[in-house]
Amino acid sequence: MGGFPTLLYKELLRFWKVSFQTVAAPVLTALLYLVVFAYALGDRVRAFEQVSYAQFLVPGLVMMSVLQNSFANSSSSLIQSKISGNLVFMMLPPISYVEFFGAYVLASMVRGLVVGTGVLLVTVWFVDLHLAALLWVLAFALLCSAILGALGLIAGIWADKFEQIAAFQNFVILPLTFLSGVFYSIHSLPPVWQAASHLNPFFYMIDGFRYGFFGVSDFPPLASLAVVAVSFALLSAACLLLLRSGYKLRQ
Amino acid sequence: MTFAIEALNVEKRYGALQALAGVSLAVTEGEFFGLLGPNGAGKTTLISIIAGLSRASSGSVRVMGADVVSDYRRARRMLGVVPQELVFDPFFTVRETLRIQSGYFGLRNNDAWIDEVIHHLDLGAKADANMRTLSGGMKRRVLVAQALVHRPPVIVLDEPTAGVDVGLRQGLWQFIRGLNRDGHTIVLTTHYLEEAEELCDRIAMLKAGRIVALDSTRNLLETFSGLVLRLRLDRATLPAGLDAEIITSDEGHFALRLRDYNALEQVLHQVRAAGATIMELELEPPDLEDVFLRVMGTGDTHVSPVLPLEKH
Repeated sequence: MGGFPTLLYKELLRFWKVSFQTVAAPVLTALLYLVVFAYALGDRVRAFEQVSYAQFLVPGLVMMSVLQNSFANSSSSLIQSKISGNLVFMMLPPISYVEFFGAYVLASMVRGLVVGTGVLLVTVWFVDLHLAALLWVLAFALLCSAILGALGLIAGIWADKFEQIAAFQNFVILPLTFLSGVFYSIHSLPPVWQAASHLNPFFYMIDGFRYGFFGVSDFPPLASLAVVAVSFALLSAACLLLLRSGYKLRQ
Repeated sequence: MTFAIEALNVEKRYGALQALAGVSLAVTEGEFFGLLGPNGAGKTTLISIIAGLSRASSGSVRVMGADVVSDYRRARRMLGVVPQELVFDPFFTVRETLRIQSGYFGLRNNDAWIDEVIHHLDLGAKADANMRTLSGGMKRRVLVAQALVHRPPVIVLDEPTAGVDVGLRQGLWQFIRGLNRDGHTIVLTTHYLEEAEELCDRIAMLKAGRIVALDSTRNLLETFSGLVLRLRLDRATLPAGLDAEIITSDEGHFALRLRDYNALEQVLHQVRAAGATIMELELEPPDLEDVFLRVMGTGDTHVSPVLPLEKH
């Protein structure tokens, strides 16, 4: 056995030791979104028949939390190790680049899914929700957390400073998630913006995930699943190539 | 014969900068080997390539016969590295740090050895303290412990005593000497030349990415250093034609470099023959600092074959 199980354990222990910041805080943020938006818009917006705005909002918030936290985990862990220099402890042992990828992405998935589950558990106190298709929910949750874990790893490899990660989060991840239909159905948008939303990969993640809850969606769920699966394959390949080359990790 | 470390024509270029310009050396098993050179000479680059932290532009390195690129898993298991920077992971305690490092090498039931390392490095009182709360000296000891968790036969220490107080430095050297006695090969870089002189069997000196001297410590001292003779005479000038190189001359105080002890008799005879009276006399034995300055200063090269000489 190689170093993979320990590297995974270390990555999990890292965020768990600061779980107040890495789990509790994002759950609270999602709850605040739910309270504020559902209260402010609840009577005026209706995305699907038979689905209240608060019900509509919850899966979006869950998925948004999964995405943001999966990205945050791998990217911040790696940039911290790079900047503090303790990356050397992972570079000296016989850990292959595939093991490295697996451990970071899996730990990011766990963080994203723990936060997502937390958001779900807290919000079902306020919103009556039932699952139409559990397998769709699981498939999208797993794939999307893996995508953002891999993307976070790429960002962590590329970045030299904390502020580059923060910029990536604030100027890429956050706008794409906000504009992906977390808070609205894209059918409520003007045609131009509807078309633009289809260029946003995060739209398919939210929309497909939501299908698992309501059995209805803006876009055919199988097509969304295909987009998400291809994205995962491409990003993983890119990340593995970077790791194999040693780019910015082994000069 | 398998060497602990064998580097063949290792070059490393960063763009236009050539950090290593064809370095070849072989460290035998059980040796205490010193790697010296001024800042920027390429010591850390060479260590990084040996450890797989960096890849050579050309050439190859083997650790206990295992190529550090093609057979990196075996090579890295054979090698323990103490990095120069005081790095640590602020999320974990000392014991967690050591358990995790051990696990990275695939060793997951290693607590008995970890306890032993903690004990030997006197870290017991801090074993469950967070790394952040440790003093610099303590962090340095944890770095040494981390390099030892997988019991590597070859240990590389990159300036392990930089910024460490005298007491701890002595303790650390005692510990590392013990490892060497137990059969571990030690490769050391240091700025404290008296340490290298005292500890190392052989020494390689690097300058601008090249090895400019590679020999046993004793041979280096004999070849390069000679003796320094300090004299105070009853006059301001030395007799002409002395059989020695004048290093300094200052109003009756003179420092002369002698080839060897035979030259001493000759010089004293010449001084007396000129009618001068010796008021004070001091003779300094060879030291590595002198060797170092002369090798680095003049650019003289004295490279013994890549294969190591017999140990003295």
